[in-house]
Amino acid sequence: MTKNSRWINFGFQLAALVLALLFTTLILLAAGAPPLEAYKNIILGSVSSLDKISNVLVTWVPLLLASAGLLVTFSAGLWNIGMEGQITLGAIGTTWALRLMQDSTLPPALVITFAILAGMLAGAFWAALAGALKTFGGVNEIFGGLGLNFVSTALTLWLIFGPWKRPGVGSMSGTEPFPETLWLPMFPDSRLSPWALVIAVVAIVIVYFMLQGTYFGLRLKAVGKNFRAAYMLGIPTWQYMMISFILCGALAGAAGAVQVTAVYHRLIPSISSGYGYLGLLVAMLINYQAAWAAPVALFFAALNIGSIQLPIVLKLDSSLSGVLQGMLVLFVLMVEGVRQRLMRRS
Amino acid sequence: MKVELHSIHKYFGKVHANDNITLDIPAGTIQGILGENGAGKSTLMKVLSGFIQADSGEILLDGKPVIIHSPADAIKQGVGMLHQDPLDFPPMRIIDNFILGAPGGLFPNRAAITRDFKALAQEYDFSIDPESYVDALTVGERQQLEILRLLWLGARVLILDEPTTGISASQKQKLFATLRKLAEQGKTMIFVSHKLEDVEALCHQAVVLRQGKLIGEMKKPFDPKKLVGMMFDKEVSLGARQSAKPGEVLLSMQHVSLEDVRLKLKDLSLDVHAGEVIGLSGMEGSGQGPFLRACAGLTRPVAGHVKLKGHDMTGKSYHAYKHQGVEFLPAARLEEGLVPGLSLTEHFILAEEPKGVFIDREYGGKLAAERIQSFNIKGTPLSTVESLSGGNQQRALLSLLNDPLSLVLIEHPTRGLDIESVIYIWSKLKERCKQGAAIIFISSDLEEILQYSDRVLVFFSGKVSEPLDAAQTTVEQLGQLIGGKGWPEKKAA
Ligand SMILES: Nc1ncnc2c1ncn2[C@@H]1O[C@H](COP(=O)(O)OP(=O)(O)OP(=O)(O)O)[C@@H](O)[C@H]1O
Ligand SMILES: [Mg+2]
Repeated sequence: MTKNSRWINFGFQLAALVLALLFTTLILLAAGAPPLEAYKNIILGSVSSLDKISNVLVTWVPLLLASAGLLVTFSAGLWNIGMEGQITLGAIGTTWALRLMQDSTLPPALVITFAILAGMLAGAFWAALAGALKTFGGVNEIFGGLGLNFVSTALTLWLIFGPWKRPGVGSMSGTEPFPETLWLPMFPDSRLSPWALVIAVVAIVIVYFMLQGTYFGLRLKAVGKNFRAAYMLGIPTWQYMMISFILCGALAGAAGAVQVTAVYHRLIPSISSGYGYLGLLVAMLINYQAAWAAPVALFFAALNIGSIQLPIVLKLDSSLSGVLQGMLVLFVLMVEGVRQRLMRRS
Repeated sequence: MKVELHSIHKYFGKVHANDNITLDIPAGTIQGILGENGAGKSTLMKVLSGFIQADSGEILLDGKPVIIHSPADAIKQGVGMLHQDPLDFPPMRIIDNFILGAPGGLFPNRAAITRDFKALAQEYDFSIDPESYVDALTVGERQQLEILRLLWLGARVLILDEPTTGISASQKQKLFATLRKLAEQGKTMIFVSHKLEDVEALCHQAVVLRQGKLIGEMKKPFDPKKLVGMMFDKEVSLGARQSAKPGEVLLSMQHVSLEDVRLKLKDLSLDVHAGEVIGLSGMEGSGQGPFLRACAGLTRPVAGHVKLKGHDMTGKSYHAYKHQGVEFLPAARLEEGLVPGLSLTEHFILAEEPKGVFIDREYGGKLAAERIQSFNIKGTPLSTVESLSGGNQQRALLSLLNDPLSLVLIEHPTRGLDIESVIYIWSKLKERCKQGAAIIFISSDLEEILQYSDRVLVFFSGKVSEPLDAAQTTVEQLGQLIGGKGWPEKKAA
């Protein structure tokens, strides 16, 4: 790509951002809310204090993990809608391992490590199910993934109200919290763990290099872009699809594990918190470019945290961040379509 | 309809694909467009049919300047195009495909359209059943369907981009008869081809493009030597037939039976020797396709055995065959052979065995530069394959063959290549034979079959001839066999 066309691309992306803002503004006006006030609140709500910034980062970690995983399946041409379920299974796997080992004499660091690995395995297993349904059962990964998402939610509820219920009576607030020794070490006075940050950053760096510079990444892209030609070129296509599901599931599982070990310290009903779907938005927005995952996920995380203020200050629903994120994706995709049309002309 | 193109310019980045092209085509003319691979023929045709816009220049239809925004717009103004690479056809009924893309109405009148279709098909002597499925059609029949559709939509200018590659001789005759008839009705035909004899047989006038420029024109009767001179700046000759000294048996098909939805091939036996070239000939859909795929493990035989260098390979996958040095190159290059969106360099890297975990970009660049030069591909290491011209895509496909190989299976190896490249590519393939590889290929070009094969198998509705000695066979004899004449002991076909 020449320098020139890179700037043109950037201009188009900027136009998409402006359009998304404009459209959200219209919606705010229609709802009778002052748009500038709302935006001001979102910005202040995400960066005005150390506490808020740390909350943004707490959100950023699972979102970045989810986006990193989805980059892998996207490259293989797969829509891993089952991300939510894979995150949930990761949380379940981690909780299970922690419950198993919490009374043992193993050093806590080792217990936590095992628990996170167990979460990754559980996520990978859940993704492998979606993959197997696709490759052996001919079930489209979108339907398979959706089905497995429902199953994972049901499984969580059953565990919380059944075998893992709190002493006395089970409640929506989740399982009994783990002792503080089994938490990932935190920055003081926050829910942010440096270890969680490290896991997320390492994950995206690995995915970046894997997709940019390895034979595996290139072959995965070939599978995603032309399945039949990839087979003809000697690439074992279904194996590559399975591996991409498993890698994605392991990263989703890591996100679930972080939610348990660093944020909630227990299993709660909606532990995946929609990060799987939000990750899909991020992955679509950055269009296979792993380098953009970190900043875009950070921006989305800031929007989420910032809009928590809205109901309190402006009596607006905090789902406004979702509107803005959705708009952004729609406009970026639309502008991209327009750009390609124009490019073909000129 | 009269077509005039005035000073058409088109750039793709730095490539000047059309450089000041001016061309007048009177109504009722069959216009030939000749030129080497990458000369700019398809580009010019896409400009006229609205797929792309010229950077500058003017198009006049019947003397009126027009601007053509899109293919749909083109057909509204009476210009229809048949593409070099037939677009994807979904598995739907022919009549639905026909109705699709028709103007007007949420509820098309199916009965009336079926009547129109039948009348049109009869007028041009095409026997296509409107209720059968598109994906069951041969390339030639799809072409006929597409012509009917364009005519029905009101095309008065018909553009055909290399329509004769991949169709059989009899279908070609039918196509030519149709085109002549259309020209007599005052419609304008534009015929892009690499085959001089087709242009000679069909066209009233022809132009030659080279490196984006229009460098010569000629009216009937043509001087083929001069046309070739204009295309390549030198004389081109096929050279003498080379025969191989066959070596040991590489591939052995023993009493193999194949079945697909349309036909059955029964009890086939063939030994393929190192160093020889076997041509598969026959009308499209006569069984040569499944046979070639069976040689690569892409189709599983329902009975019999396939042996490769003495190993029993029956029922093994293509990758197992590939491991033994077998490679298959498909005709549908952008669907099965190449990966649109990836660059030439990435293709060369993919085609090789991975060396470690990380890709050595420098090595990849060198590899690409080398292959691009040795296969004379017009493109850069970073060009994506879909941006190459048709002939250059074919070269890219052929340049993916690895070293060493024992058996190369190719569907239409020189589809879309200009004459000079055909000769060059075959010299490369024959080199491989000298190194001990065997080649089996399908071609609809009888001369190519006889010129380059040692032995020929003829397929006719699921029957296979004994191997013929190519040196002792004439084009006429081959043509008869393909048409089903002169077969010994006729069983009910
Ligand atoms: N979409 C594109 N992007 C970049 N370059 C292109 C594109 N389409 C065509 N070209 C370039 O323009 C030149 C002319 O291509 P064109 O397809 O018109 O050739 P052609 O005469 O039809 O060749 P062939 O006989 O091989 O089909 C080639 O160098 C090709 O690489
Ligand atoms: Mg072309």
